[in-house]
Amino acid sequence: MTKIKFNLNNKEVSIESNPLRRLLDVLREDFKLIAPKEGCGQGECGACSVIIDGNLINSCCVPLGNVNAAKVITIEGLVDTKEFNILKEAYEDAGAVQCGFCTPGMIMASYALLTKNSRPNEDEIREGISGNLCRCTGYDKIIEAIKLASKRGDTVW
Amino acid sequence: MVISKEENSNIILYLPESLKEALEVISREETIILSGGTDLMVRRKRPSGLIPRFDKNTIFVANLAELKKIYTLRDYLHIGAACTFSEISNYELIPDYFKIVIKDIASPAIRNVATIGGNICNASPAADILPLLYALEAELVVGSLKGDRIIFIEDFIVAPGRNVLGSDEILKEIRIPIVNFNEYYYKKVGTRKATAISKLSFIGFINVEEDVIKDVRIAFGAVAPTIVKSKKMENELIGKNINNLDEISEELIEDYSDLINPIDDQRSNKNYRKQVAVNLLKDFLKLK
Repeated sequence: MTKIKFNLNNKEVSIESNPLRRLLDVLREDFKLIAPKEGCGQGECGACSVIIDGNLINSCCVPLGNVNAAKVITIEGLVDTKEFNILKEAYEDAGAVQCGFCTPGMIMASYALLTKNSRPNEDEIREGISGNLCRCTGYDKIIEAIKLASKRGDTVW
Repeated sequence: MVISKEENSNIILYLPESLKEALEVISREETIILSGGTDLMVRRKRPSGLIPRFDKNTIFVANLAELKKIYTLRDYLHIGAACTFSEISNYELIPDYFKIVIKDIASPAIRNVATIGGNICNASPAADILPLLYALEAELVVGSLKGDRIIFIEDFIVAPGRNVLGSDEILKEIRIPIVNFNEYYYKKVGTRKATAISKLSFIGFINVEEDVIKDVRIAFGAVAPTIVKSKKMENELIGKNINNLDEISEELIEDYSDLINPIDDQRSNKNYRKQVAVNLLKDFLKLK
């Protein structure tokens, strides 16, 4: 057991725990942030995506010890931002949410993409969400939502 | 350095703050070296909510500043072992062929944590970065308290999952001689574009001046226990006229076929792998 300190959704936090625990488990069990989901548990589905130091990352593959002093953002940390609301409305309007299991991860991937590239073309969008699986929508509606969010958030991203 | 003793187990976890601290730990006890975690955390995972099964003392090296440097010095590109694939791809002086190989590795989120050192030490026959590093004849700087030694990549990996690292050693840096090629050719064959483990992969570099081959590098991934690259065959190609290769084509393909010994597994089968590997070689050298 050791104390790990990091910034979680813009608050400094510390936790006394085993550094080998998966960040996903720590977020869900200790911090009750349940938007990151466990899909495959092996880095292939993206349902557990979070943003660490500005980069999209699968929290199921990250040991707690590696986030010491890092800045971690989950979708719960985005809800009050303009960017999130643009994405939320775009996802709604495009019909990009069906069962919803992949949605938090997809939103994180969309957010990570648009903050680095505010005007992605379709190939870049497909690449940006290539690590996120959705078994409902067939992806077209999600891609549509990201295009919409890119256009509507022109000055925000 | 933070030293963490875990309840209900004999395992000690080390979170060093410098490479020197890390070397001191591994010099006195056998440890698992944990970098980005994308292989080890998955291979050692247990059911949801449980701590992954690490059965030995473990040392966290992903954040060691000494292993995160990337720079160009004289005729070498130096990449720290704990650099992630995204960091390598974003380095301003990185050659295009690195970007192309890296773009086909896993997914953006994995590339943001997976490290080049992890991919090398893991020594999978299907490791995505290895054919490129073999083709470029990369050198590995391996360190211990006793000092550094330099090992050619093809001497470093000895079998699937096995490398020559001593228990007191760590991979510090990858040194890549910078050579200019007029042409490169890369193909990763997988079931889908993202997060695929290779069925096989092929990389070729060639330097042709006035139709004469000046330098050539050819490497195959996932078609044998380790990456296939033959200096002997490359030397045979050097000095040949690029337009007359059909004369030696049969012999060349036969010699490479002897080295290409793929297996059947859940991803593909040996006949397919061998056939596609040969087809890619022919396509690269524009053989009939």
